[in-house]
Amino acid sequence: MTVIEARGLRKAFGTTVALDSINLRVDEGRILGLIGPNGAGKSTALNAILGLTQYQGELRVLGRDPWLERDQLMRDICFISDVAVLPRWMRVSQALDYVAGVHPRFDRAKAEGFLTKTDIKRTSRVRELSKGMVAQLHLALVMAIDARLLVLDEPTLGLDLLYRKQFYDSLLNDYFDRTRTILVTTHQVEDVQYVLTDLMFINRGRIVLDCSMEDFESRFAEVTARPEQVAAARALKPIRERQVLGRSILLFDHVERQQLTALGEVRTPSIADLFVAVMGDHAEPAKGMAK
Amino acid sequence: MPGSFRDSQISESQGIAPAIVRATQPFYWSVRRELWEYRSIYIAPLAVAAVTLFGYLIASMIRGVVLQPFSFAAGVILMAVFIVSIFYSLETLHGERRDRSILFWKSLPVSDLTTVLSKASIPLVVLPLLGFAIIVATELIMLLLGSLVLMGRGLNVATLWTPVFRMWLMLLYHLVTVHMLWYAPMYGWLLLVSAWARRAAFLWAALPWLAICAVEKIAFNTTRFAAMLGYRFAGGPEAIPGVDSFFGMTQLTPGRFLSSPGLWIGLAITAAFLAGALRLRRCQGPI
Repeated sequence: MTVIEARGLRKAFGTTVALDSINLRVDEGRILGLIGPNGAGKSTALNAILGLTQYQGELRVLGRDPWLERDQLMRDICFISDVAVLPRWMRVSQALDYVAGVHPRFDRAKAEGFLTKTDIKRTSRVRELSKGMVAQLHLALVMAIDARLLVLDEPTLGLDLLYRKQFYDSLLNDYFDRTRTILVTTHQVEDVQYVLTDLMFINRGRIVLDCSMEDFESRFAEVTARPEQVAAARALKPIRERQVLGRSILLFDHVERQQLTALGEVRTPSIADLFVAVMGDHAEPAKGMAK
Repeated sequence: MPGSFRDSQISESQGIAPAIVRATQPFYWSVRRELWEYRSIYIAPLAVAAVTLFGYLIASMIRGVVLQPFSFAAGVILMAVFIVSIFYSLETLHGERRDRSILFWKSLPVSDLTTVLSKASIPLVVLPLLGFAIIVATELIMLLLGSLVLMGRGLNVATLWTPVFRMWLMLLYHLVTVHMLWYAPMYGWLLLVSAWARRAAFLWAALPWLAICAVEKIAFNTTRFAAMLGYRFAGGPEAIPGVDSFFGMTQLTPGRFLSSPGLWIGLAITAAFLAGALRLRRCQGPI
């Protein structure tokens, strides 16, 4: 079933268009990464989905209108929007009490279970915890809620590599069960490459790429071309070419792998490489990339 | 509605039995979290009460004065409650946007209406009642101390105790009529400014009124608006002429109070201010 469905979703701040009539559809059980440069419209899209901002166009989240039904919707949605939103004065025990008090689907025992795996003390105030521990606390609260959609807006911003890895590991191992849906935005794309099932690039309020990770692997290929094959490779119209240690690395979209293996070493590009290829040329947003 | 029908189907099929959260539960927890965050709500009046008791200890034990300071003690604690109410109302909706925690509060199934009402209930209900309890407790301790002093001198303690129940009744009446109902538009205004201002909430709360008074004075050389504000501040028809009226047994006149148009106009304005604060809470994000 469809968890998020947007048609012609549009939002403008004065003359600045943050979302330019985007269409979006996220099905149950997917982990969608919404990737884009700063100011691309990611946060605006998330805010609209979470009922934090008004919008034009049509948007249904779990069958509801988020702007009009935010409080009911929040029974089925959890969100973490960067690491610094837990109130700093709050004690860990108060956070547990409060969420248990207001959230009908919060399993306190489960949250306590997650917390025992960390060094977080119940009596600590949030301001006394390190950034990584605050993220662990927020994740423990959120994972103990039996929600259908989890929205993560830059959840690992400012965390070190270990916390980031642990964050996504617990998300996949202890939370995600294929009936839940996760929507994540991040700049740390290398962290989510093997987490996502779907990938979406957004730039200047428009969706410029929308594909599943299975498609991603068959559709995009990166070739480290042998010097004598570079010209032949260029003839196949790569979407980007870069030089590494004097060798040309070319990125192709929709080119047969067999054709490419003749040119050099072929592999699946990283999301980061594709991101740079698609977004790199800001002056001219890539055309014809959207499905 | 199709959405809720689907919800119930999903819940059944997955065997989820959502715990029944009573409708009042989010409100109750919202009020509690205000008390967690703004501990001055109870610490400030308690501290003033402690200082008052210390003073009374000196007065009764050393100077032998037992009767006089009662209404004064009540007055200072009320003043503390009033000041805390003002600062709380001005800070609460502003603070959650400033520290970005509004994003956390909004990620939970608590409506903006519940949030705004729970915040409004602190100056309108919680603080006056808390003030009443603290004053009664303080005066009880004072009475016990005073009784000890009087008995030590072989005097009758009845003179000390007779007026207190009447006094507490007067106090409660004063709190309900003035602090809860008559001051309501003031707290409503402060909450509205708190939800609206990006910075310097205190200036935005005070300056418009000063500006109106100044324009009126310069343009028409009248001070009606200032007089109206003064009347509101002073407590309107239930204004207590002096603290001694706690003992002076002025007649309670609820009829006169309830029939004064100022009360109802004030409450209507309060509702409008709170509706504005609610609208802003819905639309605004962190600052």
